[in-house]
Amino acid sequence: MTDLVIIGGGPAGMSAATAAYECGIRDILILERDENLGGILQQCIHNGFGLHNFGEELTGPEYAWKYEQKVRELGIPFKLNTMVLDITEDKIITATNEEEGIFQIQAKAIVLAMGCRERAKGALNIAGTRPAGIYSAGTAQKYVNMKGYMPGKEVVILGSGDIGLIMARRMTLEGAKVKAVCELMPYSGGLARNIQQCLVDFDIPLLLSHTVVEVHGKERVTGVTIAKVDENRRPIEETKQYISCDTLLLSVGLIPENELSKRAGISLDHITNGAVVDQDRETEVEGIFACGNVLHVHDLVDFVSQEAAIAGKSAAAYIQGTCKKGAAITLKTDGKIRYTVPQKITANKDVNVYFRVADVFRDVRINVYKGEEIIFSKKKAKAAPGEMESIVLKKDLLEGAEELRFALED
Amino acid sequence: MKREMTCIGCPMGCALEIELAADGRVLEVKGNTCKRGAKYAETECTDPQRTITTTLRCEDGRMVAVKTDTTIPKDEMFEAMKMIGGTVVKLPVMIGDVLVKDVFGSNVVATQNRS
Ligand code: SF4
Repeated sequence: MTDLVIIGGGPAGMSAATAAYECGIRDILILERDENLGGILQQCIHNGFGLHNFGEELTGPEYAWKYEQKVRELGIPFKLNTMVLDITEDKIITATNEEEGIFQIQAKAIVLAMGCRERAKGALNIAGTRPAGIYSAGTAQKYVNMKGYMPGKEVVILGSGDIGLIMARRMTLEGAKVKAVCELMPYSGGLARNIQQCLVDFDIPLLLSHTVVEVHGKERVTGVTIAKVDENRRPIEETKQYISCDTLLLSVGLIPENELSKRAGISLDHITNGAVVDQDRETEVEGIFACGNVLHVHDLVDFVSQEAAIAGKSAAAYIQGTCKKGAAITLKTDGKIRYTVPQKITANKDVNVYFRVADVFRDVRINVYKGEEIIFSKKKAKAAPGEMESIVLKKDLLEGAEELRFALED
Repeated sequence: MKREMTCIGCPMGCALEIELAADGRVLEVKGNTCKRGAKYAETECTDPQRTITTTLRCEDGRMVAVKTDTTIPKDEMFEAMKMIGGTVVKLPVMIGDVLVKDVFGSNVVATQNRS
């Protein structure tokens, strides 16, 4: 029996582990499928991490190292190159690695910190062939940064998420010509600073309301046809244009990696694609917690670490038998606000609620309703889907509530 | 003269509005949330600077992530890439180790450990 098993040794897993340790839990085990701790941060070699948590700008590997050092100093055990195959509701974990073969661990509590993956290209609706030279932005990032191999010389990027923007700069610096970044929506999902320092700095055009309608080439990509789209996101025939290129990168979004959570019978939120959790990040299976990008996709790793610390602390309280929970208050949204994390509140304390909006809105108010009564209201000059928002609900506001409704209003 | 730009100082990415004198001096900065934004506007208008993050190959063929430990002139980014590109890194390497000296006044340091 192990007190606490953490699935995933990235920024979320390491932060959860150290937080649980600081609460007095000693019997902890981190299971990581890669050969290093740090998760996806190892391939995110650009800087911009850590401003919130460390007050300095770090690269991904440097940020990961801060946490890895802590894990090592505290002597928290971890197994690398270890793949978790199954988790049950009774918290039995089946895992495998080369030395031990297949083994099982009974845990008192589990923290899920498996991160996210990129949306598959198969899901994309592009006509034409499927020649070589089409990569997800994250795969290209792995090739360039981990293997030192450039996927191509002339690049078109579909999707303006941050990884796509970062790769536009990265491949340009390595000598490639990035001809355009096409974004289906009329706004970019990436950070404004990345549009500046990854595109504008290198005169790479960002084509909003544009998409790739056809891929050309038999064995290897030889070009793509792009087009402007109308309000209904349908390509406009007359705006079609051909761009020659040997590589198409897809940066069309991330999705939490929850195959294991499903096996444990954990219910998922169909909008976040992550578990339904309370303020402690406890899922609907008692003693199983979730945090970081496996719970909902974050923009900033700093917030991943903060959320994971909540999960780690809560797991510790669960193991020590000190967590008290009351009746659940359900958090509902109006659609303009797409989701909240947590989705429910089960304790009378101040709660930080995170959420995302569905579109770009200007001069709006975030209103929280208890019945007909507005119990919280905050003005926002601008809200965009690419930026996660958060508000703090004070505990006295929660008194007597069964349901709270989050709405974005004029 | 007016200039608009996005501050790259932090993920907030504030939209800056800058009033420039005829000789290019910065007269006024608006839209910044913190002091660093004003400073960024000043350098961006007079002597734009960037940090480079890239990778170098180690002697065993693996890659190691690196960065310039200070900013370098923005217009020299490609030149800097050429200067450091051929470097082969001796192992082991620890975060902070200087791998290439004096690249436009900056040192290229490791941001990843490799043993
Ligand atoms: S002005 Fe300050 S808060 Fe705004 S982006 Fe720049 S550094 Fe960040």
